Formats: sequence, structure tokens, C-alpha cells
Amino acid sequence: MRNAVYFVLLLAFNANADEVDYSMARANMVDEVHSYATLARDSGEEALNEDVMQSLGTVKRHEFVAARQQPFAYENRPLPIGYGQTISQPYIVALMTDLIDPDREFVVLEIGTGSGYQAAILAKLVTHVYTIEIIEGLADEATARLARLGYDNVTTKLGDGYHGWEEHAPFDAIIVTAAASHVPPPLVQQLRPGGRLIIPVGGRFMIQQLLLLEKTDDDEVITRQIAAVRFVPLTRGR
Amino acid sequence: MRLLFFATLLISAAAIAYEILLMRMLSIVQWHHFAYMIISLALLGYGASGTFIAITKRLLQPRFELFFSLSALLFSVTMVACFVFGQRVPFNALEIVWNPRQFFYLAVTYLVFFVPFFFAACCIGLAFTCRRSYISRIYFFDLLGAGLGAMFIVGALFLLAPQNTLIMLAIIALLASASMGLMSTARRPLLAVQLVCLVALLFGLPQGWLDMRISEYKGLNQALQVVGSNVLMVSSSPLGLLTVVESPRIPFRYAPGLSVNTGFEPPEQLAVFTDGDSMSAITRFQGNLDALGYMGDVTAALPYALLDAPRVLILGAGGGADVLLALYNGAGKIDAVELNPQMTDLVTHTYADFAGHLYDDERITVHTQEARGFVARSKDHYDLIQVALLDSFAASGSGVQALNESYLYTVEAIQEYLKHTAPGGMLAITRWLKLPPRDNLKLVATVVEALQEMGVAEPGRQLAMIRSWNTSTLLVKHGDFSENDVASIRQFARSHSFDTAFYPSMPEHAANRFNLLDQPFLYDGVTALLGEDADNFVERYKFHIAPATDDKPYFFHFFKWSALPEVMALRKRGGASLIEWSYLILIATIAQAAVAGVFLILLPLSRIKRSWPPGTGTRMGSYFFLLGLAFLFVEMAFIQKFILFLSHPLYAIAVVLSGFLVFAGFGSAYSGQLAHRVEQIDRSPVSIAVAGILVVALLYIALLPVLFQQLMGLADSIKMVLSVFLIAPLAFCMGMPFPIGLTRVANSVPDFIPWAWGINGFASVMSASLATLLAIEFGFTAVVLCALALYAAAAAIIRD
Repeated sequence: MRNAVYFVLLLAFNANADEVDYSMARANMVDEVHSYATLARDSGEEALNEDVMQSLGTVKRHEFVAARQQPFAYENRPLPIGYGQTISQPYIVALMTDLIDPDREFVVLEIGTGSGYQAAILAKLVTHVYTIEIIEGLADEATARLARLGYDNVTTKLGDGYHGWEEHAPFDAIIVTAAASHVPPPLVQQLRPGGRLIIPVGGRFMIQQLLLLEKTDDDEVITRQIAAVRFVPLTRGR
Repeated sequence: MRLLFFATLLISAAAIAYEILLMRMLSIVQWHHFAYMIISLALLGYGASGTFIAITKRLLQPRFELFFSLSALLFSVTMVACFVFGQRVPFNALEIVWNPRQFFYLAVTYLVFFVPFFFAACCIGLAFTCRRSYISRIYFFDLLGAGLGAMFIVGALFLLAPQNTLIMLAIIALLASASMGLMSTARRPLLAVQLVCLVALLFGLPQGWLDMRISEYKGLNQALQVVGSNVLMVSSSPLGLLTVVESPRIPFRYAPGLSVNTGFEPPEQLAVFTDGDSMSAITRFQGNLDALGYMGDVTAALPYALLDAPRVLILGAGGGADVLLALYNGAGKIDAVELNPQMTDLVTHTYADFAGHLYDDERITVHTQEARGFVARSKDHYDLIQVALLDSFAASGSGVQALNESYLYTVEAIQEYLKHTAPGGMLAITRWLKLPPRDNLKLVATVVEALQEMGVAEPGRQLAMIRSWNTSTLLVKHGDFSENDVASIRQFARSHSFDTAFYPSMPEHAANRFNLLDQPFLYDGVTALLGEDADNFVERYKFHIAPATDDKPYFFHFFKWSALPEVMALRKRGGASLIEWSYLILIATIAQAAVAGVFLILLPLSRIKRSWPPGTGTRMGSYFFLLGLAFLFVEMAFIQKFILFLSHPLYAIAVVLSGFLVFAGFGSAYSGQLAHRVEQIDRSPVSIAVAGILVVALLYIALLPVLFQQLMGLADSIKMVLSVFLIAPLAFCMGMPFPIGLTRVANSVPDFIPWAWGINGFASVMSASLATLLAIEFGFTAVVLCALALYAAAAAIIRD
């Protein structure tokens, strides 16, 4: 049913045949992510924010990968985007976006633009996204791509993400998708009280867990490690 | 004939050198554990060439010199061409759990690198087949060449970059081709082609063809993508390819385990990558310790909160990060051990100004040695022994190291370290934190077993562990932790927002305060490992966390078959990191070796007319199959075993391979004489040879660990010579069963000879990878015992 709703909605906005194919694939992907997310939570409740799911169902992931990867764009898996980088697994993107608890009023900082996919997902949910990339080729491509696709509430920059983006701080949320051996202190400082910072931890094709850092209203820092999947390492009984 | 002997020696030398070089080059562009695949490839080449020659003998024999020369020429060309092409196969090991096409690319890689070995083996096979009257001398030069080739490649890799070494090997094969070409009727055209190839090799290869295309997902390439970063220098040796990278615009700020509370930022750093990965940082230091404030805010600083001006031993000094850690935290005296002299040289000479002439500090002594060897030989006792965190998180997290042996984290290693701590001193090991925990718990299990074996009744009184969001630091004290110690640990953890994972008498509620996990995994795990039900816990845990030992030194192997269905099902739900892909590649390699063996060795043989009595095929086929498995099992187990003694996989492979080849050759040469003597007293020569194998191998199982312990501190060159002597008697005996069986076949069912070669080759191709699998699951001793059982079964078959 869910599938059908997405399909009809997307069909209404997309006339050409290729896009229809992608729309169906996208709807299937959203459906798959939704079912996994529900299973991942102990409560079994509707796991991910509806708005996040809607954003996932609207952003054209195939526009964010090279032509030869487009046939796989709506498989729920990470894909290479060149420069030794990947576009994250949609399930992980959804989970991360959900974890910052996005709000229409939010100004979000992203460290590691990559292809721009995560920024595009956020752009549909918040007021503005500032995103910094350290790889020149990726920064140029993502800037052009986001402009072409009309994401005008995303501002990109080539540079060092370690020091954040002082002139636009404080941020309601920060997503760090670049590899980090530690949480950069300047980013914690640029997070507003009550804000959330999230870092996926793991290798390029294998996100292991998500580090969620919350800054309390008293400027205290609490971190939580969220397993991407519910996996109990111990079997019960003998 | 001299030219033939010379050419045989050159081809044999080039073939084994290429085998070892390829392992080196693939460990740079991909990862270290492709070694077993290369051995399998080389054997497939030899097996397939045997079948090919058996089928085409009549065509090749009249033009022996021409075909030898051509094969050598093709060996030379394909050595380079296949490397160039092989690097262009888009195999990405990290993607294997997502993309089934990667298995296809793996198979293509396997077949591409098989080609040069096929041509090399054709040369040797042709010489044996077409010049039977000189067979013993050809065999001698074949083995001499192999021995020289293994020695040559280790030396060459000290002097030349791997790509230049490859060109040199191609020229050696070309020289062999030219030597045989001189005796051929097609001398002139051959010479012309050889000259063209020589010129192409020396001057004509397009720019960049031979550049090593390091996986874009390895740390080096990731760093080089950063705007403004560039390579400062590259230095190569058999121990590793070191690449120094600077990134002035966006500095490296490598500080694993840094507290989220810290107000410090690491100073400018240079990154040093070994084989394109495993980053080590050289930190700018001008003698001002205040600039290193972040060094007080990492989990690895914990032991310094408990010790006053300790005497410190650092195992794995790398670019000096742990030395700075010790200095900043007030160490009194520091011994820093680093395996790779080139790494030490970077800090002491090349970047001495940048590193603030760190190693000139009178408190610091640098030892360029292998860590286990250094500790075994040392008579000193330290207040703190620190095992550095040298592997990268990405490698650690993606299962890339699963097949790597690590002798730093075994029960025996821990015991050795603890014996060198002073009373009240401690061992500190920092590891990346994975969730659910794997290596952190395996380390605790290993330490607990080490302590129990040392007679410690309550190991829990000597353990403490803290964790940040990405590292854990384990302390093992020489003696019990006091209440003051515990108070210091708690204070250090609290002030940095680190969590205590364990300390003596720790209440559960203290476990999960700052960096919240779904469950206090580490506290629960450590408590269980210290409890009475520890074995049951290890058994039921879904990762393999049983202690690593010198017999099973696969510290990074956590895979359990029982968990495979569950983790595969969770793959798309964010559970990909639960899968150890290198283990899957090992299984895929065994499968593809079996398929390739059937298609390239056995199936073509079915074209040869079969005319032997019923039962002979099964009986003799089994004999040669068992020998093929058993020989490689022993060889592979000894390669792994000697890695501990010789400090590096490449040394172990070079010494063990050449030792086995040369002395098995001598054994083979002696086998005729043995057969003659024992048949006079009505005994089976195979039984005698197998008895010899059993006695020597069992003796080695018992004695080698003790012997290695005693001799570990000797110089590398002396250890290599000793290793060859140790291998000699075993290899000598192992060289006999095959030729004795072959002689018997030649006398009774000569049509079966190609089958004997083929079946033996087929078994060998699979056994290289199979031995690795068995070693991971059951240990080296089990692999050797299994080989002995196979030898015994073979002896029983042929005795009847």
C-alpha cells in the first residue's frame, strides 16, 4: 500500500519513462528502509520520522552517483562515488537524519559533503544546510549538482571542516560524515545548547555504529553510541 | 646443455622471485593476506603446464628449444602485462558483501595472475619432458634457481622499488629466453622479438603503466584526496612501503581516543603510511611539552595517572606518537622498539627537525627490532609496557585483518610482557572499540588466560579498562590494583568523560555513564570472562573471542559460522560491519582454486587414453592427492610458524619456500637410492620416508616454540640461516614420497604419470588456501598433525 502511495505521488510529478522507473525503484527502497527501521527498534513502533522517509522518497539518489552506478542507485547499499568515497547506504542516511530530530527551523552543518545526497535529504527538512568538503573534485561536483537540482538552501564550501563554520554558528545539528579520529572540539563549541552532533563510525562500506553527541542546556556533553542494527552478541541459554 | 641449465636456473629464480614480489605488490595495492592465493596460483601454473605438456608433448618435443625460448619470452612479457592488467580489474574487496560481481572480479584476478606462472612452469616441464637423460641436473638447477631467487628478491627489495624489481625479473626471464633461443632453429626471429621486448621493458613502457594502483579505500589514497596534500617521500623495503604525506592546508590531526571534553588540538603532523595504510603520525615538536596538551586527554594516558616517572617500554614506536605520550606524561626513561629501520630513520634523520630531534633526548633509547624478539631477549624490567595502536580503525573495523597473524596479542606474548614488568608496574594496551565488542573482549580473554597460566588465582584483581567512544585502554598490573589505584582510574575517567569498563570490585552502575551504550557490553563481557562460566560465555558469544595463542595467532579473526546467517540477513540493515569479508574471500579462493584445478588440470587430462587395471586409478590417484595436500599443509604451517621467528611474513615466505624446495629436491634425488636399499630388506621406502617426516615434525611441534624463544634475539641473517637448517631434515624426508610413487607408476602403469602429476597439482592448488583456513580454525599444530595423518594414509595406500 505504502509503495503504491509513493508511486502514485511520484508518478504525478514525473512524466518521462526513465524517471517512472526510478520512482518505482525509489519507492521500493523507501519501503525496504522503512521495514528495516521498524525491525531495528525494540519498541516496534513506527521507527523513523515520516518527514525523513518522505525526503528519502523524493530525493533522486540516481542523480548523486555516476552514470554506471545509476542502475544500482536505489539498492539499499553504499555505492562508490569516486575519490575513494562512497554515498552511504540509504538506511544509514535515514537513521542519521532521524537521529538529529530535524525541525523546519533548523540550521544544520554537514562535514563531508560527498556527493551531496545527505545535504539534499536534509535540505527538504530544515531551513538551511551548510556543508564543507575537503576533496576539491567532490566539492565542485556536489556544488554544481545541488544547484542544478534546485537545492538553493544548501551552501557548500571547500575547506577544513575541523573548525566548523564559525560565521553561521551556532548550529542546531551537525552531521560529520568524514572519518575522524576524535570529535573536533570546535564543532562541539558551535553546537547550540540542546543540539545534536552525529558521526557514523566505521569504514567506507561498513558503518559500524553512530556516535550521537548531545549538548545539554547546561553545555554538558553526553554521547551515545547507537548500533545501526539490533544485534545481540550473546545467545541465551546453554 | 650448459645453456639449458643456465636458462632453467634463471626461470626458476625468476618464478619464485615473482611469486614473492607479487605477494609484496598485492599487499601494497590490496592487503597482506593475498599471500595464500599467490602460492595457490603458482601451483596452478605448474599443474596446468604439466597437463598441457602431457597433451602436446608430440608437437613440442621436436622443437624443444624453440618452445622453451617462447615460453620464457611469454613468461617475461606476461609477468609485466598481467600485473598491469591485473591492477585494472576493478576488484574491491571492501565491496564484496554488497556486490556479487566482486566474486567474479576476484576470479578474473586469480586467472590473470595464473598466466605468467603457467609459462614459467612450461619451461621447466618441457626441460624435464624433452631432456630426460639430464633430468637430475635439470632438477638441481631448477632447485638451485629457486633458492637463489628467494634470496635475490629479498635483497632486491631493499635496493629497488617493487616496480623496478618487476622489470628486472622480466629481463632475467628474457635472458633465459635468449639463451635457449640461441640453440633454436628460429634463432633470428626470436632474437628480434627478444630485443624488442628488452627495449620495451627498459624504455618503452608508457608512463604510469607500472604505477601501483593502491586501493582508493586505503588510508594513503584517502589522505591524498584532501585538498593541498602531497607525498613528501617514498621509501621501500621488504618490510613495507613507507609514504610520508603532508597536508598543510587541512592538517592531519590524528589523536585516537581523545576526550570530547578536551580543549586541545593536536599540532601539525606528517602522516606515514605503511603499504598505503596503517597511518602513523610524526608530530611537530619543538621541545615545548605544553603544545602536546592533548596527550593528557587520551585513554592511552591512563597508566601515567597511576605511575610516577615510570620507566617505559613502547612496543611499536612508529612515528613517535607513543614516545611523545610518555614524555608528556612524565616518563623517566623510555625504550622505544620499532621493527622498520626506515620508520626510525624518518624520525631520527629525514624529519628530525620537524620531530624536534625527539630521539636525541637522553631519556629515550630507540631499538630497531621486532617487539617479541626484543622483549624475549631483554633482561630489563619496566614500570610500564605500552603496546601501541598501529593499525587503522578502517582496517580494524572492516575485517581486513582477519587473516593476518599477529604475534603481539597472544597468550605467550602477554606472559612475556608481564614477566618484564617490575612489581607494581603494568602493561597497557589500547585498541579500537568496536560494537558489539570483539577485539577488546578477545584481548581480555587472552590476558585472563595468560594470567591463569602464570598461576594468578584472581586475574580480575589485576585488570582495569576504560573506554572512550572509539578506543579502549586495558591495564594489566603486576600485582593487585590498590584502592588508591582504583580511585585514580575513576578520577581520570570521570575528568575526561571516559567510561570505566572494569576495575576490581566495580559496581555495574558505574559502567555506562558518559558514553552510553545500549548495554554495558564491555563490563558484562569482562565480568563474564572472569567468572566461573567464562568458557560457556566464549562458546555462546557470536564472535570468536577465544584467546589468541602463538599456535593460532589470528587475533583479528572473529568470524563464527554459526552467526553467518544472522549477520548476512542484517547486512542491509546496517549490519555489514558484522561480516568478516576477508574470511569470505578465503572461502571463495578455495572454491575457485578447486574449479580452476578441475578445468585447467584434470579435465584436459581426460583426453589422454587411459589403460590401467581397475582400481589403480583410485588407489594411485588417492596417493598423489594425499601427498599434494600434505606437502602444502606442512609448508604453509611452517611459513606461518616462522613469521614469529623471522619477524616478517615476507622473510618467512622466502626462507621457508626456498628451504623446502631445495631440501625436498635433495630428498627427491636421494629417493632412488633409498628405494633401492630398503627394497632389498623388503621394506616400503615410502613408509621409511613418512616415518622420518612423522618423527621430525612431531619433534618440531614440541621443540620449536622453546627453540624460537631462546633464539629470537639473534640477528635476522643468522635466524634465516638457522631456519633453513631447521627446515632441511623435514623437507628432505618430504621430498621422497612423490618420486618414489612416480617411479612405481612409471614401472607399472606409465600411462598414469600425467594423471599423477595432475592430481598432485590439483590437491596442491587447493591446499595452500585450505591450510590457512584450517590454521585459523584449529591452529598450526592441528594443520601439521593433519598433514601427518595424510602422509600416513598415503604410506598405507602404497604399501599394499
